Amino acid sequence: MSIFIDEARVVVQGATGHQGRFHIKAMQDFGTEIVAGVTPGKEGKKVHGVPIYSTVDQALQEGANTSLVLVPAPFAKDAIIEALDAGISTIIIITEHIPCHDAMDFFHYGVYKGARLIGPNSPGIASPGKAKIGILPNNIFREGSVGVVSRSGTLTYEIVNELSENGIGQTTCIGLGGDSIIGTTFIDALNAFERDSDTRAIVLIGEIGGTAEEQAAKYITTHVEKPVYVYIAGRTAPSGKRMGHAGAIISRGKGTAQSKIQAFEEAQAKIAYFPNEIPKLIKQDGIL
Amino acid sequence: MKLYEYQGKKLFQSYDIPIPSGRIIETPRGLTKLPLPCAIKSQVLMGGRGKAGGIKFATTHREARQAIKQLLGVTFRGHRVKKLLVEQKIDIQREYYLSILLDRESRCPLLIFSPSGGINIEEVPEDKITMIKINPFLGIQRHQLRNNIFIDKDHKKKLIPIIYNLYRLFRENDCELAESNPLALVNGEMIAIDSKIVIDDASLYRHDLSVSGEELTDLEKEAQAKNISFIQLEGSIGIIANGAGLTMATLDALNEYGGKGGIFLDLGGTDDPEKVKEAFILMKKAHPKVILLNLFGGMTKCDTVAKGVKSIIRSEGINCPVVARIKGMNEEDAKIILKDHVITTTTLTDAAQKTSELGE
Repeated sequence: MSIFIDEARVVVQGATGHQGRFHIKAMQDFGTEIVAGVTPGKEGKKVHGVPIYSTVDQALQEGANTSLVLVPAPFAKDAIIEALDAGISTIIIITEHIPCHDAMDFFHYGVYKGARLIGPNSPGIASPGKAKIGILPNNIFREGSVGVVSRSGTLTYEIVNELSENGIGQTTCIGLGGDSIIGTTFIDALNAFERDSDTRAIVLIGEIGGTAEEQAAKYITTHVEKPVYVYIAGRTAPSGKRMGHAGAIISRGKGTAQSKIQAFEEAQAKIAYFPNEIPKLIKQDGIL
Repeated sequence: MKLYEYQGKKLFQSYDIPIPSGRIIETPRGLTKLPLPCAIKSQVLMGGRGKAGGIKFATTHREARQAIKQLLGVTFRGHRVKKLLVEQKIDIQREYYLSILLDRESRCPLLIFSPSGGINIEEVPEDKITMIKINPFLGIQRHQLRNNIFIDKDHKKKLIPIIYNLYRLFRENDCELAESNPLALVNGEMIAIDSKIVIDDASLYRHDLSVSGEELTDLEKEAQAKNISFIQLEGSIGIIANGAGLTMATLDALNEYGGKGGIFLDLGGTDDPEKVKEAFILMKKAHPKVILLNLFGGMTKCDTVAKGVKSIIRSEGINCPVVARIKGMNEEDAKIILKDHVITTTTLTDAAQKTSELGE
């Protein structure tokens, strides 16, 4: 099974732009069921055979239950609230640079509506052989039994590619997003992977900023039996500088890589110091 | 974006949060009618300003002029003083700490109050600090303040409207942090003696604020204008990678081999030759000893980027060695394109090792 996107019938919000067209095709090639696109005012058009509507409500007639948000940051909050009001239950937000206060608002509204939000600033989620919702590259994945969860985009591709080249396939790979206010957390993903019978090991890719990794480490101690392999980016990042991601900043002494690595060591997770060490660590354990 | 103290105080004033009377001084000429006695405060975006000597007090015009001349143009830990805020010095009865910040864990505004504020707030024990999570839809509820803040009744009466006003300021201006430390009790009134406000960069498009930008170096500002994520660090090696996480991982790998990153340049998910060109031009201006290009071609095609890099190395005269680690879509073609111009490698460890040796 894949986590979070089983039986997903996807509506793409922001479907008719360059990004929308490109990724609709890539997702279709991956096997994703894209049932509709939404761009206000573009009703009646088609993108790679996918019908375009002006509202999410109209897209529901195609059976959409999951939304992929590609709309520009100033309009993202409105698009997400529209999807939540239409009853969409899973929303994957790719858009970068959404103001934090907007993210805070739609996060809490999503909780109130009982929906799952992934992102913002997420590369998306992919289950090899099943579906991909997002902008992750198609050709790096391989079906298998490792679950991958990460705050990063390209670093995830790098590590997933390294796993696949070493014959280690994946159940689901999920990018949580590089912002400071995000919907789905490491703990949510760990919980889902722990319950997923196809997943036998978990790779967690963290980075500086915030304390989500420390919380995840605590959660592993009490709730996760499956082996966890960890890479933390930003060991040499200086304090007070935002390292590319809005959420990757050490502030007031909090959010250092050292603190996160220590927490995972205490939780007896295996730590990799280079991205390509992860497959080696998994192979050493001989668990797959 | 951090606001200067005087900018933050202007914002306080527009939300009815009382501030001391004062004025901004940018030149040591024409200094009459200063409020006396006064505090002369350097406008720099750094913590520990007072401890570093950035604040002086004066009781006469002569003393004040002298202090102003001393402070204007001085540099504290890389922060040059261009403006001074000269304020009426006031007799503080008591110092409180008040702030609202965006809490990543709860995804809520978090109100923080301490009855003992001032310069050493970090040392106040946690049980002396009140933290109140605010629901962003409901705002501050009366019981939250009634049941959690314990100070003299008359003083609390003055504090409560300030808390509501600060929350309004926080929400309406997309703040990551809105802090007054100290918030002082002066003749029975609450006055914000200092301000620290951080506005979410992603929200700047909807606010009419003059950009301070003083946290950034000149090259960082240039990069920001071009929408390139570019950070100057202590070392002498330039790193270009695609994606923030991968760029951080590259910096870390380099460090394992003793190489010190000097420039962090995240190309993002682009293979647009124009953007790659701009990145290299910026990098050249920072004069790295060696450049490490770490490229993972997922959606971006390695050969497209390689063509761009080749033409830039030629046209811009990049003289320092370039080590390129190229992986992903069309990597073999990319390596052929670049083989006469850069040192190509396949693994990050190999690239980090070679670059570190060249950077010594």
